[in-house]
Amino acid sequence: MISLAGRDILHSWGKFVLTGMGLGLLIGVTLTMAGVYRGMVDDARALLNNSGADLWVVQQGTQGPYAESSSLRDDTVRSVLGLPGVARAANVTYLTMQVRRASAGDAAPSSDNDDVRAMVVGFEPGQPGEPGYLVAGRHVTRSHYEAVADVRTGFALGERIRIRRHGYTVVGLTRRMVSSGGDPMVFIPLKDAQEAQFLKDNDAIVNERARTASNPSLNRPGVPGLLEAIQASQANNRNVNAILVQVQPGMDAGLSADTVAGTVRRWKHLEAYTRAQMEEILVAKLIATSAKQIGMFLVILAIVSAAIVAFIIYTMTLGKIREIAVLKLIGTRNRTIAGMILQQALGLGLIGFIVGKVAATFWAPIFPKYVLLEVNDALLGFLAVMVICALASTLAIRAALAVDPAAAIGG
Amino acid sequence: MKLSSIGIRRVVLGLLGVLLLAALAFVVIRSGPLAPTRVTVVQAAEGRLTPALFGIGTVEARRSYLIGPTAAGRVRTVTVDVGSLVKAGQLLAEMDPVDLDERTAALDAAVARAGSAMAGADAQRRDALARQALAAVNARRTVELGQQNFISANAVEARLQEQASADAVVTAATANVAAARQDQQRLAAERAGLRQQRANVRLLAPADGVVISRDAEPGSTVVAGQAVLRVIQPSFLWVKVRLDQARSAGLTAGLPAQVVLRSNPGRAVAGKVARVETISDSVTEERVAQVSFDQAPSDLSVGELAEVTLSLPPTANAVLLPNAAIRRLQAQIGVWTLDGGDLRFAPVRTGLTSLEGQVQILEGVKPGTTVIVYSEKDIGARSRITVVETLAGQQP
Repeated sequence: MISLAGRDILHSWGKFVLTGMGLGLLIGVTLTMAGVYRGMVDDARALLNNSGADLWVVQQGTQGPYAESSSLRDDTVRSVLGLPGVARAANVTYLTMQVRRASAGDAAPSSDNDDVRAMVVGFEPGQPGEPGYLVAGRHVTRSHYEAVADVRTGFALGERIRIRRHGYTVVGLTRRMVSSGGDPMVFIPLKDAQEAQFLKDNDAIVNERARTASNPSLNRPGVPGLLEAIQASQANNRNVNAILVQVQPGMDAGLSADTVAGTVRRWKHLEAYTRAQMEEILVAKLIATSAKQIGMFLVILAIVSAAIVAFIIYTMTLGKIREIAVLKLIGTRNRTIAGMILQQALGLGLIGFIVGKVAATFWAPIFPKYVLLEVNDALLGFLAVMVICALASTLAIRAALAVDPAAAIGG
Repeated sequence: MKLSSIGIRRVVLGLLGVLLLAALAFVVIRSGPLAPTRVTVVQAAEGRLTPALFGIGTVEARRSYLIGPTAAGRVRTVTVDVGSLVKAGQLLAEMDPVDLDERTAALDAAVARAGSAMAGADAQRRDALARQALAAVNARRTVELGQQNFISANAVEARLQEQASADAVVTAATANVAAARQDQQRLAAERAGLRQQRANVRLLAPADGVVISRDAEPGSTVVAGQAVLRVIQPSFLWVKVRLDQARSAGLTAGLPAQVVLRSNPGRAVAGKVARVETISDSVTEERVAQVSFDQAPSDLSVGELAEVTLSLPPTANAVLLPNAAIRRLQAQIGVWTLDGGDLRFAPVRTGLTSLEGQVQILEGVKPGTTVIVYSEKDIGARSRITVVETLAGQQP
């Protein structure tokens, strides 16, 4: 027995393939949209993974350092290190800013993309918060003025970049180190980052000095050195945003982190979040609105896709109404005709899905933000496409079965 | 004809299908969880490394002088300005002496008067001595006459008493002379002290140098110890370098240094560590060292930021690896080694690091071992990997 669907496809293969391709691009867009959502969530998780921490210690009463601003004294880490169950702890600062290329006259200044939006991370070498892996170059070896950048920043090895008033040399490149907003990270030594975060510009410093000097209670004639001491104390910064803590391995990870978090909250009067709580903050709070936005778009896109598939199959069937009438005239059973339409619909869906998946995979890396195509999403998408095609074909099958065989002759 | 046309269509359609399936297969293998992580490897090799220390510092004067009065007072004159070159002993400023000159004049007069008083006392003593001599002669004669009983014992005793009185008057006159001399000495010493105080309000340059600030103008009042002028010795400028304690192993005096000044980032100036401070900064967790220039640049400015690289002597032969290869698995430091396609985490003990990112591996890796350097993401023991030449700049 010959396949009716196959013969029909062979008959008008160009139309069939092109329709499949078009459908595929639509499915590709839908899959990409799901990928954008997954990418956002994954960005948040990547941020947590890369920090290498089991516990985040932040300012009391804040949900920092990612969702809210948090500020701690940088010697708090020593008292945290002394707590039972803490294996390693390190200060870290986060600052999202525009990082400029330092065009110190040596290279032709590129006018358009001179600065890159990046999250500047201040880390202590060899401690949690350091980039775990590199794709080129080396880790920071000098205690100042060296940087490791994510490849997404577009910086090259050896390039000079400018953060506030200091120039930094890019010595290493890493990958998938992003903030929860998807901005690539630039890692610089903690002391530099503290300065970059809190140091005012020169005009502000000069103004502040003048303001202090004009205050009679701070610039007393009888107390030499008082003014200098006050001005010196204004110019430095001893704050960090968070302390990344690794708990001692070997203990039950979740329990241990919870215990340590409890100790920090109770005795250090600071806030502490475990990995799970931080993920909750990031995924459920920080990116909730954008995620819902994309989810809404995804739902509409899925409905539109389903409608288009249904209409395509319906019009394809309507285009073959005369042939179907002939088939009916020669006594073909309804089941065979319905089977033909269903097979064609599923075939279209299959082609569409493959084209869509391939297309999405190829164009996903071009997106400025990370697009994560998950296998589960793909399988779910495949099932959805097949179900939608099958449902859509029922409309066409109803139309086909309602055809009067006489239409083949009379028209 | 018809059949062959259908055949061609069938072949074309089949090809299209195969193409699609191939693309799908490619996509599934290249991306997603089945995709291997691309890594680069390096063969561990033995070698020496030249570790170096890096710190930043500021140019400071080795000797800096705050010149001010030792007692509160008003500035009378300031003879130099910022930038003036001064010689040791040169008068830089003078405080208002108030009544010091008048008090000196008064003491001068007092000393002269003390001299007169001493002359008077001396004359009195000489008078007493004359009386004593006369009394002695009289007494001797009277005693001789008394022994021969020419005169009464009463008369003899009276003469003896006269002689004793004359002796006592001489002693008193001698003491008066000494007192007058001591008084004169006291007044002279007071006058000398006052002259020193007078000299003390003249602020002199303690050494050859250059004035870097003029903090008080004539007429202004300063308290004891407050600076009127600041002077530094420009020939003795050095860099106060701060080095991270964690990266300061091997810091000793005498290490060769390369100093790059912020004003001239293209040029490194040679120097060496002149002194390592015994006390390091416990707040910033930094050690402090002073680096002196072999040949100080002429355009050096005090307070300028400088980057300093100190070279340590080369280490002994050991396995060297790039620091990007050092990974952390839970609490262990180690490297991922590749042994015939098997990934294995080898814990290592690391030694010194060079500024170029080479790490000395003291134990854990033998020479010739294939070690993973760069990877696209964190790898574990069960990661699928493909070894590539380079990863840099490639898009995911």
